[in-house]
Amino acid sequence: MNEIAPSPEGHVKEGTITMDAGEMRCDANPSSPTAPDPSCVVRAPIGLLAELTHRCPLQCPYCSNPLELEKVNVELSTEDWQKVMREAAQLGILQVHLSGGEPTARRDLEEIVKTAAEAGLYTNLITAAVLLKRERLEKLKECGLDHVQISIQDVDTQAENADRIAGYKGGSAKKKEVAGWVRELGMPLTINAPIHRHNIHSVEAIINYAVELGAGRVEIAHVQYYAWALKNRSSLMPTRDAFMAAARLVERKREELKGIIVIDAVVPDYYAKYPKPCMGGWGRGIINITPSGRVLPCHAAESITHLEFDNVRDKPLADIWLNGDAFQKYRGTSWMKEPCRTCPRREIDYGGCRCQAFALTGDAANTDPACSLSPLHEEWAKVADVESHQSPPAFVYRRPGGATPKPAAEKTPVSSDA
Amino acid sequence: MGEPTPRQRTVIATDSKPVMPPYIKMRYDAGRNRWIILAPERLFDPDPIAVEVLKLCDGARTVGDIAAHLSNEYNAPAQDIEVDIIAMLQDLSDKGVVKA
Repeated sequence: MNEIAPSPEGHVKEGTITMDAGEMRCDANPSSPTAPDPSCVVRAPIGLLAELTHRCPLQCPYCSNPLELEKVNVELSTEDWQKVMREAAQLGILQVHLSGGEPTARRDLEEIVKTAAEAGLYTNLITAAVLLKRERLEKLKECGLDHVQISIQDVDTQAENADRIAGYKGGSAKKKEVAGWVRELGMPLTINAPIHRHNIHSVEAIINYAVELGAGRVEIAHVQYYAWALKNRSSLMPTRDAFMAAARLVERKREELKGIIVIDAVVPDYYAKYPKPCMGGWGRGIINITPSGRVLPCHAAESITHLEFDNVRDKPLADIWLNGDAFQKYRGTSWMKEPCRTCPRREIDYGGCRCQAFALTGDAANTDPACSLSPLHEEWAKVADVESHQSPPAFVYRRPGGATPKPAAEKTPVSSDA
Repeated sequence: MGEPTPRQRTVIATDSKPVMPPYIKMRYDAGRNRWIILAPERLFDPDPIAVEVLKLCDGARTVGDIAAHLSNEYNAPAQDIEVDIIAMLQDLSDKGVVKA
């Protein structure tokens, strides 16, 4: 025990997705077990993003699911997911984010939550909320659910804009009702708002709405342009001025609401100075599992077409994390080319996002064009600027088969069927 | 109804009775050989002093009680300890980890 001495703060650091301790060694060099390759030191992951299903009643045009949505008949069984939860806890994972699609579309969500909680995982439900009934939420709490995150689209009073973005009529009112139940049951609530040009004017109202609902956290999550969002980039990209104004507003609200709500902001990398350290570095802290059991280093990794992914049905999770080709491919820094290889920031941002590098340069080992050192950077940033000033085209809504547009003009879909 | 919406920032003082709500989980992580605090989509890394303080935060003891207890235990001036733990608990309260 250290001597207790006055120091203003710093007794409790916020953990990053990769913590210093908990190192593991992979088996990549089995011929010399006494001298493991130092570049092969792998940390235990912290978080598991479990995409339980790609089914979702909402059709948000910025969805992070892949354009090719997995069908219900390939989804993992209850037992598969329960096995995953136990293996995840053994591997050192601390938090599981139960996501989708819409995770409550799975009738066995309670059983999965229960197993995860019993294994010692901290359970977060990432939901659009529109399918939830109060009894089910109570049941989920009994099963050990720790936290609920509800996504919203906007907070316009008539909910016209919110429901138009989601492609789901009545969604906004239902979300508010469910958020109320979460608080009545004494559970912590996060409001997540993906931000784009159709709601960036509402950032202050969204934060105030989250306070009014009793949320402990609100995420002002500027859309990340992959998958459906990339498809809809010209509809969604805000102007740089609008983004800067929103960023200043968030700073002001953070001061104003200190101690009342925690405001987290995700910055769009088109307007950022440096690339983001995607997933905190490839294969460093996060595992993503798709509805069919494919194990990915990030939710967009399948867009890198030459990667091969293991499935939890075939191998133990620990083996996949430590030795899986997709995880090993861009883990650490040895795969890097110039300018990343000798960059002083190489272990800060890990060269940015591999998926974005692949999509825009054809080689995932290149520098992410979000980095000013990328030869493509200027051209790439200009695209966003130009698009943000043009009249936005109609959304390509997220739905099975929706990524291949039909020749006829898109109609705004409105459905209240779950 | 459950907890009312917090409209005011909680200010930690000598007579505050801090406690971690049930959905904040401090536990020993044997794999990593350290204490961790699990919170909604957050992870905190408490040092041994913070662990000691947080174990005493039961919603019944005041900050003053905790400082006095630690002062006895570690033979350090209670006032210095109190200044230190108020700063720490205020930070944690602002992050939603501690209620008082």
